[in-house]
Amino acid sequence: MASGTLTSSEYIKHHLTNLTFGQHPDGSWGMAHSAEEAAEMGFMAIHVDTMLWSLGLGILFIFFAARAAKSASSDTPGGFQNFVEWIVDFIDESVRGSFTSKNDLVAPLAMTAFVWIFLMNLMDLVPVDLIPWLLGLLGVHFQKIVPSTDPNATFGMAIGVFLLTMYYSIKIKGVGGFLGELTLQPFQANNIVVKVLLIPVNFFLEFVSLIAKPISLSLRLFGNMYAGEMIFILIALMYSAGIVMGVFGGALQFVWAVFHILVITLQAFIFMTLTVVYMDMAHSEH
Amino acid sequence: MNINLTLFGQMIAFAIFVWFTKQFVWTPIMAALEERKGKIANGLAAAERGQHEQELAKKHAADELREAKAQAAEIIGQAQKRASGIIDEAKENARSEGGRLLTAAQAEIEQEANRVRETLREKVGELAVAGAEKILRREINADSHRDVVDAVAKQL
Repeated sequence: MASGTLTSSEYIKHHLTNLTFGQHPDGSWGMAHSAEEAAEMGFMAIHVDTMLWSLGLGILFIFFAARAAKSASSDTPGGFQNFVEWIVDFIDESVRGSFTSKNDLVAPLAMTAFVWIFLMNLMDLVPVDLIPWLLGLLGVHFQKIVPSTDPNATFGMAIGVFLLTMYYSIKIKGVGGFLGELTLQPFQANNIVVKVLLIPVNFFLEFVSLIAKPISLSLRLFGNMYAGEMIFILIALMYSAGIVMGVFGGALQFVWAVFHILVITLQAFIFMTLTVVYMDMAHSEH
Repeated sequence: MNINLTLFGQMIAFAIFVWFTKQFVWTPIMAALEERKGKIANGLAAAERGQHEQELAKKHAADELREAKAQAAEIIGQAQKRASGIIDEAKENARSEGGRLLTAAQAEIEQEANRVRETLREKVGELAVAGAEKILRREINADSHRDVVDAVAKQL
């Protein structure tokens, strides 16, 4: 559905640009009218589409889940309640499998991460042009409907998880224990001088591994979803290349969408599991 | 692909969603699941108890049945004994009755025979007297010689 006035690269670029609201270089606030303008806004800008879609999906999730939870009773569950309980049960089992300490926050955290990310990823299965085109008719020119292809969203969650693990690390092990973990291993020594000498080395290694956790957590999800989205966009380009290519593209899109069902579920599950594992590491001495 | 305020927006949204999930989704659902678990456990325990009770009742019923059978057998045995006793008694009665009847019949027969004998004797006496009368008619009077005739008849 790329209109004739757009080249392929423009089409792709258009699809990868968020609807951005921020401060223009001249000091006024407003929507960015091009990818360049959005980039110029720097940090003082907000991706309206990412925020709205992710908030909408999150509210959808908590609305239905809370409704199911409100009517939850020990009697025979109905259809939707059964479904929610199935998810709860599945997550509870996963959390029990990898989280050994006791913390009531971990399971809800895992559930929110899993369901929210799954729903955001699920937006990837909506045809790439459908919603941007509909909104384009209403005068909205940029729209990325998959929040998890925005690094802000994945980093936001990963940093949230990271802050929680820091908080619990310090709370459980104390500041000393936490710093000790950062500086006194993996290389250990009995001689106090050697110990002091090893501190920079240990700190470097541990700090890198500490920082790598949220970065890998968010980049994994972002990379997978971004790549998947990109392939959908490339397939969508084929629709403008004649009937034969269009039909072929339709078939490809279907196949990729079916495969993508696996990817989106898997990525949501991986994010959840790693969150639980990081939380577990924060709670246990090693 | 720009990192901007959206990052914080997402962080805050995530935190709120986690809090909301913990407060209004996870806790009540887990409570309901726990409660149901308890209910099911109770139900299973009750079922087991019921089964146990049923087994006991079955055993009890079998015992009762066995006892009843034994009692029945005893009653039948007693009845048989009694029946044979009655039969024996009846036989005994019949035998004694038969004996009595026989004795009575014999006595009657004897009496009859005696009676017949008496009659015969009388008749023979009379005959003899008649014969003797016929013989003696010509020479003795029947009336005057009656004592003699009677004495003769008695000796017959």
